[in-house]
Formats: sequence, structure tokens, C-alpha cells
Amino acid sequence: MNNSQPPVNLDLALQHGLNEEEYDRICDILGRTPTFSELGVFSVMWSEHCSYKNSIAELKKLPRNSPRMLAEAGEENAGLVDIGHGLAVAFKIESHNHPCAVEPYQGAATGVGGIMRDIFTMGARPIASLDSLHFGSLDVPRNRFLMDGVVRGIGDYGNCLGIPTIAGEVVFHSGYSGNPIINCMALGIVKKDSIASAIAEGEGNPVFIFGSRTGRDGIHGATFASEEISEESESKRSSVQVGDPFTEKLLLEATLDLVKSGALVGIQDMGAAGITCSSAEMSAHGKAGIEINLDKVPLREDNMSSYEILLSESQERMLAVVKKGREEEVIAIFDRWELLYSQIGEVKNDGLMRVFSRGEKVCEIPSQTLALGGETPVYHRESKRPAYLDETNETDLSPYRQDRDWNAVLLQLLSSPDICDKSWVTDQYDSTVRTNTVFGPGGDAALLLVKGTDIGIAMTTDCNPRFVYLNPRRGAALAVAEAARNVSCTGAEPIAITNCLNFGNPYKPESFYFFKEAVAGMGEACRAFDTPVTGGNVSFYNESEDGSILPTPVIGMVGIIENVDKAVRSNFQQEGDRIILLGKTAPDLGGSEYLYHLHQVIAGDAPALDLDLEKRTQDCIREAIDRGWIHSAHDCSDGGLAVALAECCISDNRSGFGAVVNLKQGDLHTTDLLFAETPSRIILSVPVKHVDDLFALAASMEVYAKDIGKVGSNHLKIDGLIDLDLAKMQEVYFSSLPAMFKQTQAAE
Amino acid sequence: MRFGIVVFPGSNCDHDAFWGIKHELGFPVNFLWHRQMDLEGSDCIVLPGGFAHGDYLRGGAIARFSPVMDAVLDHARKGRPVVGICNGFQVLLEIGLLPGALLRNDSLRFCNKPINLRVERAQSSFTSGYNVGEVLELPIAHGQGKYYADSDTLEELDSANRILFRYCSPGGEFGVEWNPNGSLRDIAGICNAEGNVLGMMPHPERYMNERLGGIDGKPLFLAIAEAFS
Repeated sequence: MNNSQPPVNLDLALQHGLNEEEYDRICDILGRTPTFSELGVFSVMWSEHCSYKNSIAELKKLPRNSPRMLAEAGEENAGLVDIGHGLAVAFKIESHNHPCAVEPYQGAATGVGGIMRDIFTMGARPIASLDSLHFGSLDVPRNRFLMDGVVRGIGDYGNCLGIPTIAGEVVFHSGYSGNPIINCMALGIVKKDSIASAIAEGEGNPVFIFGSRTGRDGIHGATFASEEISEESESKRSSVQVGDPFTEKLLLEATLDLVKSGALVGIQDMGAAGITCSSAEMSAHGKAGIEINLDKVPLREDNMSSYEILLSESQERMLAVVKKGREEEVIAIFDRWELLYSQIGEVKNDGLMRVFSRGEKVCEIPSQTLALGGETPVYHRESKRPAYLDETNETDLSPYRQDRDWNAVLLQLLSSPDICDKSWVTDQYDSTVRTNTVFGPGGDAALLLVKGTDIGIAMTTDCNPRFVYLNPRRGAALAVAEAARNVSCTGAEPIAITNCLNFGNPYKPESFYFFKEAVAGMGEACRAFDTPVTGGNVSFYNESEDGSILPTPVIGMVGIIENVDKAVRSNFQQEGDRIILLGKTAPDLGGSEYLYHLHQVIAGDAPALDLDLEKRTQDCIREAIDRGWIHSAHDCSDGGLAVALAECCISDNRSGFGAVVNLKQGDLHTTDLLFAETPSRIILSVPVKHVDDLFALAASMEVYAKDIGKVGSNHLKIDGLIDLDLAKMQEVYFSSLPAMFKQTQAAE
Repeated sequence: MRFGIVVFPGSNCDHDAFWGIKHELGFPVNFLWHRQMDLEGSDCIVLPGGFAHGDYLRGGAIARFSPVMDAVLDHARKGRPVVGICNGFQVLLEIGLLPGALLRNDSLRFCNKPINLRVERAQSSFTSGYNVGEVLELPIAHGQGKYYADSDTLEELDSANRILFRYCSPGGEFGVEWNPNGSLRDIAGICNAEGNVLGMMPHPERYMNERLGGIDGKPLFLAIAEAFS
């Protein structure tokens, strides 16, 4: 074998992030000591990033079925859901946290590129991109640098590719300092009869690589993503890949042409673990074998070893298995799109992934032992409830319930980076290319038209990590509930979710507790809403020298509305409309934006969630929207009713409406009345003639509804507590984020 | 009236223009691959938005060398209509059908949002569907849209009434706060001296359907059809 390769032993395996037990198992599987290349292959394929070894046992407990599901979680690169009219949507979310921590621009750009390939490799044309971003405080210059780089990276990549970035969220907490959470979601649309599969089968079928050359970038990226971030991470910049969105665009068009041609057996993108992962997974999926000759791989530089070629994570590459005899059709497509290609191997039927380099066999491994769903390790990790949680949950919050200048408090919350207008971010994204965008960024959920039909697809990403930190089971359920509520507020019916589970080190029982509980809570909520989990991504080891992130299970929810013309926006639309509140407010200050932003405290318990009530409330709002009774619907979440009402008034920067509102509810303290974050509440604006209809509908569904006021004037007046003019609220709401970046810009 | 939309490998507003012209307006339209030399009988050529060849160097810098551009030049010299939108405008400048250059936005950031522009001249083959002084709303989506030219060129454009659109407030006033990219003289769109070549940064093809934001883009294509049929 290649004599430049160092001798393999347990020490080297440990350096590769494998443990002793795993190394022994590799020797057992092979019946010999692995080669250096084989060790590299096992180390990436058995890393958490590729094998989900510490999470899969829990993930399998999630609901994965519904009549709409065409491909279950884990079967293909992304989940596939039937939306009728002969169409399906493919969507998925993935993390790119670790690369962004060291190189935010390229880290985020390649995050977008990677998730796009997961979508178009299924034959689906990507039509939407969403991003859930979490950073440390913007008072820290490093965090401004990270956020600026991430936003530019997402924008430059998606804008060049021509996929609109239509929604997402930006959340701040000091726990993300040094370890930002960057989750990219994409959704594509495909005709049900032209779906491509990530499969290699049929002995003798040729295997092609196409797209960019293979270089030394990103070697061991997957392993890197499975470690904690430290000062040494800076020296791992070579683990971060560099994106080329133009090549991705060519790859996208060529892939869709290939699928259309009918000459393909299967196709898969190369992301984490590059050639290794795609060949192993495709051949395992087809219960076949695969033989690869690395000498045929187009390289970016000379003298790359087999180890490096196998593990390179150079971006914008695809692996295609072609029906034998139809090579020329496929080559014509590569040529049209001016893409480099090479036939690097063929499909075998012996179940082995066999790799040659310079005439030597450097790798011979049973594919099933490498692929998720095959025989990769599965661990049941220990979980232990952290002792401090009980104390935190029982914190007495009454000292925070004191009368204050409520106008000042509301203004302060509207300027909070979690709440304020995010157009500084979203204007840097092209959100209207492809001309499907009905509702772009800024509302409760984005809404895209499916061309040639009246159908709309609603999308959102949500997670309140403070709730998950206080009560992971309930917090994750709340995240699903909020995502579903956001989708329902447009009038669309939630149909499925994808998730990105960002947690700390799974080998720490107190850290794993959060993961396990959150997955359980997510499952409960998904069952209640009948929104199966179509797939997603787990990102562990989100810990830096500053400590661990808040546990952050991001939910990407997709919904369908049959006629987009019925959809409603989140902000007030017409003077004189009545304002109706669905749901009652409870003294839920725990984990609130009020406590965090005004008092720098995360304490108490996450609000209680009645899943049945939540579902009825959402059914009610969708029914009312379908009947055309509603002018706007806005979910009440971060910052409570006061913030939600202010958003209804000012969130559209081109038109504002005032409101006069009376919230009083029994002897609930003003702090709770205004700022508690009780779930299952929605603020509606309703034309006077439909108010009675709405009350009758709500009563019939056992949903509490109350007329709280009227749209109009140029003030927001709440009881005798708040009286602010629109201009004042707009000023703080719209200027807050740009102001935080002024310093950065001045330094450029 | 047949529209031909040039497709460079990195064009990404080609489908938007195609859909709008065909389904919102009902004109025949076809794609023209950048390596073909034949315009297939197209009456009006549209150079769409996007990143023609990745444009890592400069917007439109490489697109001018695509084989189809010889035919487009020929078409333009015959007085037939050519419209360049966004990246297409950049290509028209690079190939010399229009004067000036497009620099990076003053903010040094990409910007996509609906903006207002004022119609400066209605007696043109592109703007006859609007009134002078009318304020339109169209989206912009670019990082390199600051129109720049030397002062003689700017004078020439102004005096010959070749500035068709300028960025403005919703009420039609000019000012730095209404100019999204720092374009000199608030220029959003210009035409050539003969009046058959238009370049503009805002996207009329994105606003041809009320559901998707507005319909202020429609009259532009209708005017072309009327003028050149």
C-alpha cells in the first residue's frame, strides 16, 4: 500500500477522534489493521456528524409518518412531502456552526451551498432559503464581526445562486459568544414522477464525479464539527471549505437536467466527508458495492495522497451513477454547463467500497459498516438532570413584578436585538428572485406561491432557547408550537418539520439530558399537530472556552395553503378593524424577553403548554382566515402582548396603524399582562361585520376570544399604562440594529 | 412581438422574465443560450439579472465575450430593442451599448428591497406606458448598482433626456436617503441616443402580479411591444 502512509495503531486512531472500542471494532470488521486511508474513512463516517451515533437512538423516537410523507427521515438527503397537484416539497435544515466560529463568511456561504445540494440532488429545484442565526452580544466586537461575515456569506452565496432567502431568525445570548449557531434551511419543489435517489446499484454502471476539482480544503471537517471549539480551532482553518456559488449554480442546473434525462441511477452531493461519504452511502443504500479509482479524480493540486482525496470536503461536487450505455447523454449535459467531470469508478455487487490509488488498493470496507442506517455504532448516552435546574425553576419572580414607566420598558424591548426590525440583515438577501414571494422576511412566516397553481407554501424557523434552557422538554414543544402557530397565522396548515438540534457535548450527562428531553418534547408536540419530522441534523459539541451555548433545537416548519389570495399578514391592515385576542394570559414571566432584556435574568420555568388548546387555537384561526373574516393575525411570543401589539402597528415600515387597546384581565399583574409569554395566543384584526362570526367560531372550538380594542389613530394606547406615538416606536424599532453596526462600518 | 431572453450560465432572473412576459402579458418568448449566434427571430432581446459568469471579477465583464453578444450588438445597431435589467445593464455597459459604469453600492452591501423611481421621460419606446413624473415602485436586488460616469457623459445623458428613471421618495422627491446605492444624479435607468437600448437596475419583471408585490413593471414591456411591433 501507499508507502507515504504512516503506520496505523491505536494512538493514531485516538488522534482521529475514535475511541479504543471503536478501533477494535474496525479491526474486527476488516479482520486486519486498517490502512491509513481506511482509518481516515472510518473516523469521518463514524464521527457524530455523519453517523449520529450518540443521537440516533433518541431521534428514532420522533414521529416520522403521515399520509403526505413520500420519503422518511434518513432515507434520502432530505424529507419529501406530498403537497398535491402532482408535486412534492423537499426540505431540510443543517448546521454550520463550527466553520462559522472560525471563518464566518465562508462558513455560512458553504452552509447555504451544502443544504442547497441536499435539495437539488433529489431532483427538486430549490425555491427558498431560511437561516436561523444565534450570536453572542453585539457589544462584543468579535460577535459583530461574526454576524457581519455570516450575513454577507449567506447573502453572497444565495443571491448569486438565485434562490430567495425568505425567512429565518436572529437571536442573541452571551452563551453563543465564540460559538455562533448558524442553521441553514432550504426547500425545493419537485414533480412526484421525477424524484432522484441517492443510490448506487446495477453492477457495471459507471460512477461519475462532476463539479469542482478536489483540493485540500475541508479535510476532516466532519471530525472538526464533532469537537469542542478551542483556541486550537483557529489553526483548523483548513477544515473550513471555500464556496463557489457560480459553480453551484451550474451544478444545480446540470443536476436537474440529468434527472430529467432519465439516464441516472442515482446521485448524491458531496458534503461532509466528500467522496468517502457519498460512495459509501450510495452503495449501502443500493445494497451494492462500489469501486473508485482516485487517479481519475480531477485535483486542484499535485501530490495529494489517497487519504486527502478521500476526505477532502471541497465544495460543489456531485457523484452520479449513470445507466451503462447512456454515458454520452450525461456527458453532453456536463459539457453544456461547462462542468468538469470524470468517470472515477463503477458499481459492483459485493457490498464493498473498494478504492485504488496509483495501482494500489488503499481501501476495502463493507459499505454497510460506514453508512447511517447500516452498521455504524449506536450509543445510548447517560443523561442526568442538572441540579441547578430545580433551583432555577423555583426562582421567585415576584421582585420583578413592580410598577415602572411602561412606555420606557416597551421602547427598550422594541430596541432589543432579539425583537427589533431585522431588515439590516434581510435586505442583504435577495428575497424576491424567482418571483414566487408573496410574504418575504419580517412576518410570522414567509409565504411562496407555487407557480402555475394557487397553492402557497408557508415556512418559518423558530426556537426560544431560553425556554429550552429552563425546561428542555417543554421548551422544545413550545418551539414546535410557535412554529406551527406562525404558519397558521398566515392561514396555512402546518404539514411537517425539519429540525436542527444544537447542543453541547453528549458525553457530559448533564448536557445530554437537554438533548434527550428536548427530543422527547419535540416528539410530543409533533404528534399533537400531526407534523412528522422529515429529517434534519444534529450538532453536538457547541461549547467553547466561554462555556456551552443555550440548548437550541431549531424547528423548520412547512405549511400549505390552497389559495394564497386568502393568506393574511401579521400587521394591522385597516383603520376601524376590531382587535381580537385569542387565548388568555397567565403569569408566565419565566424565560421571558422582559426578564432577560430588562433584568439580565433567565429564571423561572418555561410557560405551560396545553397542546390540545394550542391545536384548537390554530385550527380556529385557519378556519377564520379561510372564511375571509380576518385582516391580520400575529402570534404573540417574545416580549408578550405589548410587543406583539406594537409589531402589529409598526412592523411594516411603509405603513403604520395605531391601536387603542384594553387588556385588563382580572387581577393579573401589569408586568404579566404586558410582557408574559404565555403560548397559544394570537392577535387578530377583524372587520366589524365579521366579529360576531369569529366569536361564534371560537366558542364552538372552545377557544377563548376577547375584543380588546380597535385599529386606528397614530398612537398605541394600552389601558392607562402605555401611550406611545407610532413615530417614536418606529424610530427605535428600525434604527436599533443598524446603529449597532455603525461602529463596524466606520472601521472598514 | 417575440421576446428573446439571453441565458448566461449564471443568469438567475431569466425564468422570472420568461414567466412574466409569457404568463402575465401573453407574448411569445424564448430562451437564447449564450453560446448560440442566432436570435431565433426575437424582436426584443432581454438581458436578465443574475451573475452571468459568476462575475467574481466585475458584473458583466465576461458576459460580453459570449458568442450571442455579437448577434445582440447587431440587433441593437439595427435599431431593434434591447433591454438589460440589473446584471443585463452591467453587460450593456461592458459591451459599450450604453455609457458609464456600475460600481459597488455606497453601503458596500447587497440590497434587495422595493424602492421608488420617478419616470423622467414618457416619450420613449420603453416608457410610453407611464406618465412623466409618475412614481413607480419596483424592487432592486444588487450589490453593484451605483451608476457612475464622467461629468460630460452625465451632461449628455441629462440634456438628451436619456435618463428615463431616477430613484426618488414615494412622493417623487430626490435625496440621498431615497437613493439606495449612491448612483450619480439618482440614475436608475438610461437609454442610448437612438432610444432602442435600455439599461436599468430595478427589476420590472418582478412586479407583474399583484400577488407578488405589484404590477408597475407591466407597462414597460407593453410599451416595447407597442413601439416595435
